[in-house]
Amino acid sequence: MNITSAKYIAPISGEPNTILAVIDGYNTFVPINSDNRHYAEIMRQVAAGDLTIADAD
Amino acid sequence: MSKAAELAALIGSQSALSNRNLIINGAMQVAQRGTSGINSAAGGGICADRHKGFSNGGGVFSMEQSSTVPNNEFAYSSKLTVTTADSSIASADYYSFQQTIEGYNIIQTGYGTSDAKRLVLSFWVRSSVTGKYSVTCFNNGGTEGYLNTFNISSANTWQKVELSWIGRTSGTWLKTNGAGMIIRFDLGGGSSGHGTADQWTTTSGYGNTRTADSVDWIATNGATFYMTGLQLEIGEQATPFEHRSYGDELVACQRYTYVYNSERSGGYDQAISSMSKWSNGYAYGAYNFPCTMRTAPSGTAYNTNQFTIYIAGSTGQPNTELNIEVASPVSCEMNVQTSLGSTGESGMFRKTGSGTGASAGYIVFDAEL
Repeated sequence: MNITSAKYIAPISGEPNTILAVIDGYNTFVPINSDNRHYAEIMRQVAAGDLTIADAD
Repeated sequence: MSKAAELAALIGSQSALSNRNLIINGAMQVAQRGTSGINSAAGGGICADRHKGFSNGGGVFSMEQSSTVPNNEFAYSSKLTVTTADSSIASADYYSFQQTIEGYNIIQTGYGTSDAKRLVLSFWVRSSVTGKYSVTCFNNGGTEGYLNTFNISSANTWQKVELSWIGRTSGTWLKTNGAGMIIRFDLGGGSSGHGTADQWTTTSGYGNTRTADSVDWIATNGATFYMTGLQLEIGEQATPFEHRSYGDELVACQRYTYVYNSERSGGYDQAISSMSKWSNGYAYGAYNFPCTMRTAPSGTAYNTNQFTIYIAGSTGQPNTELNIEVASPVSCEMNVQTSLGSTGESGMFRKTGSGTGASAGYIVFDAEL
């Protein structure tokens, strides 16, 4: 999958639980959950230094 | 084999009479994401639900749900077509068609224990490229693998293949909602994946994906590869393909992917979620999935101009921003930006657009392995 950007989303309350990522050209809402394949790939790319997750607006 | 012999073999295998096929959607009848126009990808493209097409290299193949079948027992097959050939495959590159089986669904195989059972893989296959093909049973991470081969000697001709192998008593085989077992059909690959057939091998990961003399199907532009009737079961020999009802198969698939408006319909209203206006200019609502998904899914909405928000009896406002948050295996929250209504007023989020097919509004919830 081609992930070109990632940004935390500010929820109504509490800590962010979702990342808005552009994956293969589409906005994809990715839950912060290690069992989710998109989240796992985002974190793999972050660990490799290939991707940065921006703070929520 | 006579019916009596088939029954005797099934009973003798001590296998289940129903739900014995560990493969989901083996008859390729469910294709929620669309029936054509889907390409292989590094992360695995999906046309027929649960079956991924991987391209790790410069080549690409398309996937579609085809009505070309070996016999009238089946209505569909998966058809793969090389659209960008790779005739000089790098050592670490690979191309495959595979299904990853959830760990909960392989518990009865006993893999990774002294009670590991023999497995049998059967399928119908047809290819425009003749030669030897490889298919491997892997654990999660590909550190344990049993490499099988089969030959296609006649181009563009359906043939039934049956393969079996002894159970693996060692290695880590997840029995959770993670990847328990992977059945990977090789379609071309470099030397890093070369291994020895008909034996279990431990590698650092996917090290025995194919024999060195297997064909590189991906090397031929326009090459086609069809498959249906894919079945993996415990036993000594293959039994007839287990046809499950469409409804059962659909729900089984929806544990991994659920597509709202998978039929790509348009032209009439479909309720998505009841919503209430919040003080921040967004309306919020819950959305419940039709079954418990494998994990909290990602959400991707397509053609979101086909959705409309209504608040407090308004005539409606075309969607401009849809967010999908707080996902769990059973539900998520949707919120929609709107200038309609006042804080606390209730409304409805609907699919209203007339777009169909590629223009239809739909949402993919992805909990795939």
